[in-house]
Amino acid sequence: MQTLTQRLANPTRFMELSARLLPWISAAAAVLLAYGLYLAFFASPADYQQGETVRIMYIHVPCAWLAMMVYALIALSSFGLLVFRHPLADVSAKAAAPLGAAFTFLALLTGSLWGKPMWGTYWVWDARLTSVLILFFLYLGLIALRSALEDESAASKLTAILALVGVTILPIIKFSVDWWNTLHQPSTDFTSTVDPSMRLPLLVMAVAFTLLFFAMHLKAMRNEILRRRVKALRTQAVAGRDRLAAQGAE
Amino acid sequence: MKSFWALLHRDVTLAIREGGAIGTALGFFLVVVSLMPLGLGPDLNLLSRIAAGILWIALLLAALLSLNRIFEADHEDGTLDVLATGPLPLELVTAAKSLAHWVTTGIPLAIMAPVLGILLNLDLAAYPILVATTLVGTPAVSFLGAIGAALTMKTRRGGLLLALIVLPLYVPTLIFGISAVSAGAGPTGLAASFLILAAISLVTIVLGPLAAAAALKVHLQ
Repeated sequence: MQTLTQRLANPTRFMELSARLLPWISAAAAVLLAYGLYLAFFASPADYQQGETVRIMYIHVPCAWLAMMVYALIALSSFGLLVFRHPLADVSAKAAAPLGAAFTFLALLTGSLWGKPMWGTYWVWDARLTSVLILFFLYLGLIALRSALEDESAASKLTAILALVGVTILPIIKFSVDWWNTLHQPSTDFTSTVDPSMRLPLLVMAVAFTLLFFAMHLKAMRNEILRRRVKALRTQAVAGRDRLAAQGAE
Repeated sequence: MKSFWALLHRDVTLAIREGGAIGTALGFFLVVVSLMPLGLGPDLNLLSRIAAGILWIALLLAALLSLNRIFEADHEDGTLDVLATGPLPLELVTAAKSLAHWVTTGIPLAIMAPVLGILLNLDLAAYPILVATTLVGTPAVSFLGAIGAALTMKTRRGGLLLALIVLPLYVPTLIFGISAVSAGAGPTGLAASFLILAAISLVTIVLGPLAAAAALKVHLQ
């Protein structure tokens, strides 16, 4: 009996499965995103203290959540590559890195836009902001290291090692607001301290963003597999041409 | 264990007899620190307030410059291949090389830091703490740096990439190194920062050689 991950080790099977899943995930992401944006901008009340700016939260919180989840996914994929040599793990890690960097950047950007009216400044060097900035640098390091190495198999393994070294930052981000006294608010107990009128839009947006990420991630993985196939076919074609040329010379 | 000490001895001797290596890092340290007052203005009160930060940042940059030599020279002349096939586990090879980097770069920089503190009007009471924190913190600098050096050994534009990868990893060391020196937090805050700094160093001493060896194995395949 094969497990799901074992069956997915066959790229062809993965391509079939992802081709069937991708439209559904994309559609669900689009519908939920539209519904979530409607809730966030029209159907939810303005905050009694923060006014309309509270609506930034519906973008900021899902981005920040994804920034961490994507890194965890990369670390998990890296582990899968280094330990189990799973062929899809590297494709997954490679496809997720730019997406994670983008979400981290969005979290920083929306946070800074929210900080200006609330804290009076775009940026403060508090623990949560600083640690997320380091996470952003880690993403950039992963992308840069991979692009600097020509040998693809070495590049993927070295990037995986770096991803696992960097994984120590995740607990620091998660608990930074509890360990240090920071300007950024501590993590809220979602069920009790968020008002129900804001809980639903936030929840819908979080699910929508997560689905959006998985849709883009699947698509990027499919592109990466196709790119590798094209590369393999090209190499084969060149090798075949060389052989023909050699025969012709004889 | 004997070959571990032999390798450590060889690397330290090489670094000393080659000259240049230690001197360049110290010279760079001196130049960066003396550029700061020129850029920030010679206000002694301001300088004494930010002295610890300047010293730590300049120390990290100076150490960063010498990181890529940890493995590169041995890789170029084939020594690394011999070491990898030798009886000593690669993890201990990387540990010996990181330790040698600490002895030849970390310790000189840590000893130099209080001397440069004079240029920045550092508070006299902070001197012993500065020496202690730099001595305790620099192993993390060398052992984390060795991971970066191993990862970027064969890359194009290795030096810049090394900085991009390693500097974010240095942030915790920097934060706790500085918060220990600028002891506005009082004796308990000082002890806490100091202990966390020591913990960071100890963890990197254990995990750094493992990660660096894993990276080297990929390169040497």
